[in-house]
Amino acid sequence: MPALRQNQTKPDATPEAPAGGSLEGAKENPPQQLAKTKFRTGSSAFTDGAFRSAVVACAVAIVAVVGLIVFELVTQSRLSLHKFGLSFLRTTIWDPVVDQFGALPFIYGTLVSSFLGLLIAVPLSVGTALFLTEICPPRIRAVLSLCVELLAAIPSVIYGLWGMFVLVPFIRYYIEPFLQRYFGWTGLFSGAKIGFGMLAAGIIIAIMILPIIASISREVIVAVPRQQREAALALGATKWEMLRMAVLRNARPGIFGAIILGLGRAFGETMAVTMVIGNNPQIVLSLFAPGDTLASSIANQFNEATSAVYQSALVEMGLVLFVLTLIVNALAGLLIWSITRGQPARGLA
Amino acid sequence: MPNSSVQNIHWFRRAKNYAALGIITVAALIVTVPLFLILGTVVVRGIGGLNLAFFTQTPAPPGELGGGMANAIVGSLMILGVASAIGVPLGIGAGIYLAEYGRNRFGNLIRFTADVLSGVPSIVIGITAYALVVAKQGHFSGYAGSIALGIMMIPTISRTTEEVLLLVPQTIREAALGLGIPRWRTTLSVVLASAKAGVITGVLLAFARIAGETAPLLFTALGNNFWNLSMNKPIAALPLQIFAYAISAYDDWHRQAWTGALVLISIIVVTTVAFRFVTSRGVKEAG
Repeated sequence: MPALRQNQTKPDATPEAPAGGSLEGAKENPPQQLAKTKFRTGSSAFTDGAFRSAVVACAVAIVAVVGLIVFELVTQSRLSLHKFGLSFLRTTIWDPVVDQFGALPFIYGTLVSSFLGLLIAVPLSVGTALFLTEICPPRIRAVLSLCVELLAAIPSVIYGLWGMFVLVPFIRYYIEPFLQRYFGWTGLFSGAKIGFGMLAAGIIIAIMILPIIASISREVIVAVPRQQREAALALGATKWEMLRMAVLRNARPGIFGAIILGLGRAFGETMAVTMVIGNNPQIVLSLFAPGDTLASSIANQFNEATSAVYQSALVEMGLVLFVLTLIVNALAGLLIWSITRGQPARGLA
Repeated sequence: MPNSSVQNIHWFRRAKNYAALGIITVAALIVTVPLFLILGTVVVRGIGGLNLAFFTQTPAPPGELGGGMANAIVGSLMILGVASAIGVPLGIGAGIYLAEYGRNRFGNLIRFTADVLSGVPSIVIGITAYALVVAKQGHFSGYAGSIALGIMMIPTISRTTEEVLLLVPQTIREAALGLGIPRWRTTLSVVLASAKAGVITGVLLAFARIAGETAPLLFTALGNNFWNLSMNKPIAALPLQIFAYAISAYDDWHRQAWTGALVLISIIVVTTVAFRFVTSRGVKEAG
């Protein structure tokens, strides 16, 4: 696009030509370029420039917003960064009374609850993606993908409400006794059965990240070329062998990307987690024990933060969370891109 | 491979095939269970509280029966309105830039940054809005909440806008330019107009996504138990009210939290269904 490129580099060079001038300019161009040549009159050259500046400003606003987020997170957590340095990430004492803050229990809680969520969500959502693309009759497909879409549309606070009043009692009276009786020896399921805790948070997170993993896995699976499937079937593979050898093997990096993207979501889940996890920053093996996560503690404590250091420590937790999700999302984006080749992964629609 | 063992493997492979396909189907069925459980519970527990008071009154003092969420519903609509006024133009503008001018390195930078922004946890955006507005002004405000939610709308809208604008055939742009229509006019009245359905889809999608957001409002809009129509003061919001009631100690408030959840889900489902309607119509028009 030579004409556009030129306009881009030196916008002032555009002549304020009268209406006739642009037509002459167009005549000089070879016919195949005619379509891409900008016809301009005096006023439209100006409005074109103005319109372009306006949309560029919108685009730049995105960069500015992300820049502001980073800037504010760093400046607002300055106090805590200076006072605790790297020990913030290593220490476990969280005591607002004496202004002593260590984020390790929260980081631990974020990682454990998120991985627990993944453990539950991954088989279910990859299974759903395979079902939707490979097995399901078209009529059911529309209904099922609407279900998955609606699951994604339910607000976090409603997951939390349901978690508090339905899921937590269920876990307390049915799941926890069962797990303790048969798997208590692992040490993962010991202690008081209260329902609120890491296990509840993991299950809620699993439900919440199911839709995103399912929809992106589906995207990636659809992108596997038909010929791969046909070749496998032609060699006499059963449907499952075809799925395993032709589809899953090709889609693996992309599905892995979808999983990591789900992990990024899991890290940031706030409301539902804060309502079921029990909000007690501690590092214990048992999944029955209450825990806390970075996001949920910020939600709980930010308005109560009385001292400047307290608030600054909470913002630093936000910074840690931001960096974690940034790394995870970048990795996911790279993996998904490697499969879909730059075509943006779209929703289930 | 001897013949007999082929027979043997054949049987085994077939069994494995059915088992695997069965497991996949069951996985898909399990996924739908939480949806029906959650929607069912919200309807069953929430429908009893749907009465006139809920839509016309403000919250009752702690421990007293009755009251409603009228101020929270109005507050939510106000916050969402201002958030859309911020997020929709910026998102569509950025989407136009990416589709029409952004096939270059700067465009890639914008795309990457938008992806980063869409991955930022909502609570972190809440902290930013707190630092930008609340900390500087010295008081909580509805505007701060709107800014947080508006920011969250931008990446969704810019991505869908870019996608649908790119679907508009290049020849349509060329035809319009060939008629002597200036480029900005071509973009707005020809390209954007023919992709209208898709752009609206993106806006509705973004709206549905922020309508239930609670975390960014916690320390920006803060919530309010009384009528307030000033966006410059702490203002009630439906998700905040649901959260506050859910973690409270009163049965009547729990009941109202479920009713609030029912109202909130209805708003979101209506928006999502509207979105499906617009998309399906858009597809028909294109095809």
